[in-house]
Amino acid sequence: MPEKEGGVVMQLPLARSRRGTWWVTPLLGWLGVGLVALSLILIFLYAPTDSVQGQPQRIFYLHLPAAWLAYFSFFLIFVSSIAYLLTHRTGWDRLARASAELGFVFTTLVLLTGSIWGRPIWGTWWTWDARLTTTLILWFIYLAYFALRSYVSDPERKARYAAVLGIIGFVDVPIIHMSVLWWRTLHPQPVVVRSGGPAMPPAMLLTMLVTLLAFFVLYLFLLVEKYELERMKDTLVDLRDQEL
Amino acid sequence: MAAVSPLIRATGLSKRYGVRRVLRDVSLTLGPGEAVVIVGPNGAGKSTLLRILATLVRPSAGTVWYFDTPGLPLAQIRRRLGFVGHQTLLYEDLTVAENLRLYAGLYALDNVAARIARVVELLGIAHLAHERVRTLSRGQQQRAGLARALLHDPTILLFDEPDTGLDQQGRQLLHALIAEHCQRGGAVLLTTHAVDFATTVATRQFQLCDGQLWPLPEGQAASPIPAPVGGDHVRP
Amino acid sequence: MSVPSAVRQLAAVVRKDVVLEWRGRELVSGMVLFAVLALLTFNFAFDLTGVNRAVAGAGALWVALIFASLLGLGRSASVERMHGAWEGVLLSPIDRGTLFLAKLVSSLLFLGLVDAVVLVLFAGLFGVPVLRLPVIGIVALGTIGLALLGTLLSPMAATTRAREVLLPVMLFPLAVPVVIAAVRATVLVLTEQPRDAWAWIQLLAGFDLLFLGVGYLIFGAAAED
Repeated sequence: MPEKEGGVVMQLPLARSRRGTWWVTPLLGWLGVGLVALSLILIFLYAPTDSVQGQPQRIFYLHLPAAWLAYFSFFLIFVSSIAYLLTHRTGWDRLARASAELGFVFTTLVLLTGSIWGRPIWGTWWTWDARLTTTLILWFIYLAYFALRSYVSDPERKARYAAVLGIIGFVDVPIIHMSVLWWRTLHPQPVVVRSGGPAMPPAMLLTMLVTLLAFFVLYLFLLVEKYELERMKDTLVDLRDQEL
Repeated sequence: MAAVSPLIRATGLSKRYGVRRVLRDVSLTLGPGEAVVIVGPNGAGKSTLLRILATLVRPSAGTVWYFDTPGLPLAQIRRRLGFVGHQTLLYEDLTVAENLRLYAGLYALDNVAARIARVVELLGIAHLAHERVRTLSRGQQQRAGLARALLHDPTILLFDEPDTGLDQQGRQLLHALIAEHCQRGGAVLLTTHAVDFATTVATRQFQLCDGQLWPLPEGQAASPIPAPVGGDHVRP
Repeated sequence: MSVPSAVRQLAAVVRKDVVLEWRGRELVSGMVLFAVLALLTFNFAFDLTGVNRAVAGAGALWVALIFASLLGLGRSASVERMHGAWEGVLLSPIDRGTLFLAKLVSSLLFLGLVDAVVLVLFAGLFGVPVLRLPVIGIVALGTIGLALLGTLLSPMAATTRAREVLLPVMLFPLAVPVVIAAVRATVLVLTEQPRDAWAWIQLLAGFDLLFLGVGYLIFGAAAED
C-alpha cells in the first residue's frame, strides 16, 4: 500500500512492475550505441566511394534507415490504433503516442537528409521526387495527428480520435505513394534519380545492413524509453486524481 | 418475495476525465416498476451516470447489464431505452412532428402517424406539432424532448432533470407519466434538484455526492454528508 | 438489424438532412458561391482562356471544388451538434455503419448539386468542354473520395475549438491521391488522351471503395461523443 508522507505518495507502482525487466533498456541502449559506432566506422572507413555521386552518397546510409523507421512507426501507430479501438486499453494509446513522436522525428530526418543529399547531386534543396514527396505528405499526416491530439481535451476521446486518424492515415499512405509515383513517372523529369542503384557492391550492402540494424536497435531503445515516459505521465495523472 | 430480474444492473462504475474523477465505484440496480431518483449537488456526476447508463458515454471502469443479459447488442438495448438530457436532443429548425418522424425512422417504428399523435397528445403539445422547435418556449421544448423519449415505448426511462423548465401542470403531467409507466412494468431512473418532486415520485432515493452513490432511507430528505455504504474506495 | 430497417433508418437521416438544408438553404448556396468566386479568382490569377486552358482549368476546377467541399462538410458537422441533436441520433439503435452511409449520401447530394452548378458555369465561362460523360464521371468519383474523408474527419474536428483549421489540416494530406488522380484524369480526358486517363480513374475508384469499407467500420469511433 502506498505510504503517504506530507501528502505525497512515496511508492510508485511503476518501479515495482519494471523489476523483472530492468535490463532491457540498458541492453538496448548500449547495443544501439555500439552498433551506431560500428556503422559510423563502416560508413566512413569501410564503404567504397560511389563512382557517380562521390562522398555525398554516404548520407544515403542515414537516409534509408530513417525512411524505413518513419514508415515503420506509422505501421506501429496503425496496429496500436486498431488494438486500442478493439480493447480500449490505454497501453495501446501510449504505444501510439510513442511511435508517433519517434516517427515524426525520423520523417523529419528523412526530409532533411534527402535535401542535404540532393543539394550537391541535383543542385537544388528540394526536388519533387516521388518517394521524397510521399514522405513529405507523411510528415503532414503526422502533424495532423499531433494537431488532432492537442485540440481534443478529453483523454478517452483523444485516444479514440487519434486511433481513427491513425487507421485512415496508414491505409492511405500506399495510395498516396502510388498516386505520387504515377504523377512523377508519367511526367517528364528534369533529372533521373538513382538511389544507389539496383546492384550495390557487397561492401555497400553490408554497411547499409549494419546501419539499418543499428538504427533499428536505437529506435527500439527510444521507443521503450518513450513508452515508459508516457506511462509515468499517465501514472502521475492517476496519482494526482487520487489526491483530489 | 419472488426474484425479479433487474432491468439495469450497474456494477462498479467509474468515470474519469483525465485528472478529474466524476464517478467512483457506483453500483445500482433498477427493477421493473421502480422509480429511482438520484439527488445531489451540481457537478456531483448525476448526468454522467445517466449518460453512461444510456450508452452515450463509456465508463472508465465497471459494467452495466441490461435486462439481466450480459453482452446484449447495443442496438437492442437502445431500442428499449428512453433518455432525456439537459438539451432537447431535437433539431431546432425542424418541426416537432418532423423531429418525431425522424426518430420513428431511426427506431424503425410502425404506425408512425398514430404514435406521433398519441405522444404529442400525451405531453399536451398536439397544437404545437407543426411548429419549429426553435419557436417553442423552454417548457414546451422540454415536453417535446419528453415526447421524443417516449415515442418508441421504451421499457427503461432515463431522465436527467426532466422537471426543469416545466410549470406546475407540466410537473404533474410528468409525475402521472412516470407513475403510469412504472405501473405497466417499466422503470424510471431520474435525477433532479427538486427534493419535493423527488419525494412524490420516487420508490427509492439515492444521493450522489462527489462521485459516490449513497441510498437515502425512506422519508428522509437529502442531508449533506450521510455515512457511506461499504468500505472506503481508495485504491492503491 | 435487418437490411430493410437499416434502409429505413438511412432514409430517415437523409431526409432530415435534406429538409434541414431546404429550410435554411445556406449550405449549398454558400458552397456554390464560394466555388464560383474561387474560379473567378483563378481566372485572374492564371490564364484560363489560352491554349493550355485544359490543364490550368482542371487544376482550378478541382481546387475550387475542394475548398467548397471543405466548407460544406465542416458546417454540416457543427450544425448537427447544436442542442445535442446528434446525441439523440446516437441514442437510437441505428448501426454506426448505416449512419456513416446516411451522412455520406447526404453530403453527396449537396456536393453533387454544387458540382453540377460549378461544371455548368465552368463550361460556360471558360469554354472548356467539361460537360461530357468522362469528366462528369471523374468529378463524381473525386467528389465521393472527398466526401468519404470529410464524413469521417468532420465529426472529430467539429468537437474541437479549432474546427475550421483542423479539418483542412487533416483532410488535405489524406486527399492528395484524390486531387492528383482527379486533376490528371480530367486533363487527359480534356486533351483527348482517354486511355491514359483510365489508370487514374481506376485509382480513384479503388480509393473510394477502400475508404467506403474503412469508413463503414470505424465511423462509430469518430462519431461518438
